[in-house]
Amino acid sequence: MPGKVHVTTTINGESVEFLCEPRQTILEVLRDQLDLTGTKEGCSNGNCGACSILVNGEVIDSCLMMGVEAEGQEITTIEGVASADGLHPLQQKFLEHAALQCGICTPGFIVAAKALLDQESDPSEERIRLYLAGNLCRCTGYDKIVRAVQDAASEMAE
Amino acid sequence: MNAFDYAAPQSVDEAISLLSAGNGNIGMLAGGTDLIAQLKEGRKIDLMIDLKQIPEATALSFDEDSGLSIGAATPCSKIYSYDVVQSRYPALVDCTSLIGSIQIQNRGTVGGNFCNASPAADTPPAVIVLGGTCRIAGPNGTREVAAEDFFTGPGQSVLQSGEFLVSIQVPTPAANSGAFFLRFIPRNEMDIAVANAAASVVLDSDKTTIQEARVAIGAVAPTPLLIADAGAALVGKAVDDEDAIEAACAASRAAARPISDMRGTIEQRIHLSGVLTRRAIQGAIQRAKES
Repeated sequence: MPGKVHVTTTINGESVEFLCEPRQTILEVLRDQLDLTGTKEGCSNGNCGACSILVNGEVIDSCLMMGVEAEGQEITTIEGVASADGLHPLQQKFLEHAALQCGICTPGFIVAAKALLDQESDPSEERIRLYLAGNLCRCTGYDKIVRAVQDAASEMAE
Repeated sequence: MNAFDYAAPQSVDEAISLLSAGNGNIGMLAGGTDLIAQLKEGRKIDLMIDLKQIPEATALSFDEDSGLSIGAATPCSKIYSYDVVQSRYPALVDCTSLIGSIQIQNRGTVGGNFCNASPAADTPPAVIVLGGTCRIAGPNGTREVAAEDFFTGPGQSVLQSGEFLVSIQVPTPAANSGAFFLRFIPRNEMDIAVANAAASVVLDSDKTTIQEARVAIGAVAPTPLLIADAGAALVGKAVDDEDAIEAACAASRAAARPISDMRGTIEQRIHLSGVLTRRAIQGAIQRAKES
């Protein structure tokens, strides 16, 4: 049985160390070892985006990244999106627009949308829809999500 | 997922040593978008070798003399965001920017797309028409294989035990040249090609006559195909020679030997081979005129 690997990484701005088996995905480490259960497991094969996290500011599916790969990286999960002052504008707008029903896809959508708005302050509706194509929602029909992201972008631009 | 060891070698030589010491049951990790999904589906390995600490495997660089070097572990989003790729290799933007979602593009690599060797892979046709080569490291040193010769069957390549793909080299585009890639999918996003095609052309200085041309098609045979007859049909012909373009399309249709599956039928894929060849050639000519 291969031994566990010691990993030092940064999660939501804090230095974190953990031991993991090479076969554990970073999604499993986050949820099962670090109790960061905001990141959801959906399809577990890179189709649905429910497990989206940011690695060095870029959105990825955490089900398709190994825990050992986190060494030296900067990771942001949904738990790191709000600030001490309150909700992130994306979170606030998702609430105001009722852009969620069951909520399983929501952390992934917000993390992915944050990656977009961190890079582009005024994305078009088409750009938002293309960017979020890797996040699936079976409840809302997407329109409310897209409007929430547009509204958050407008507010953040002010 | 069954248990395995993990190693992140710092150099090509160290990776080769690990490969020779292993029992052959090794998974090479770049972006993991194929490998990790396969491990979840039951593929068993004893050792995972992460390529991302190897400088040659992560480098993305351009030199006017030697061309573009794409480290095998360079994610698609790095490639299509690279200014040189945007200005000089738009066909590489075409293919790398439509693979999977943003999440997948931030992890998945051209090297992995080659080594996974799906017949429907989207990057090989573009790399093939651009004259790209695969730089392979092994116990006896490094060898170069033309991109069109890399694939031997579905999921199969020329990689031998103990070897791995280090990088893909793409020559500097000639003056007055252009290249274009496209695919057919029934959706707008997040799909696998029913068929795809790429073309490259070099025009004369007046930009009226085709001097060189290459055409490649994918998802219509066990491997991506370089269609030499399609390229030959265009050489020496005017850019608006409809008969020549139709001859190239006919060559693609003749070379296609697709299967019918959930994504498309044999008849549809043969038809698409011609349609996409025409559009790829027209796109390549347009870019060459604008170059």
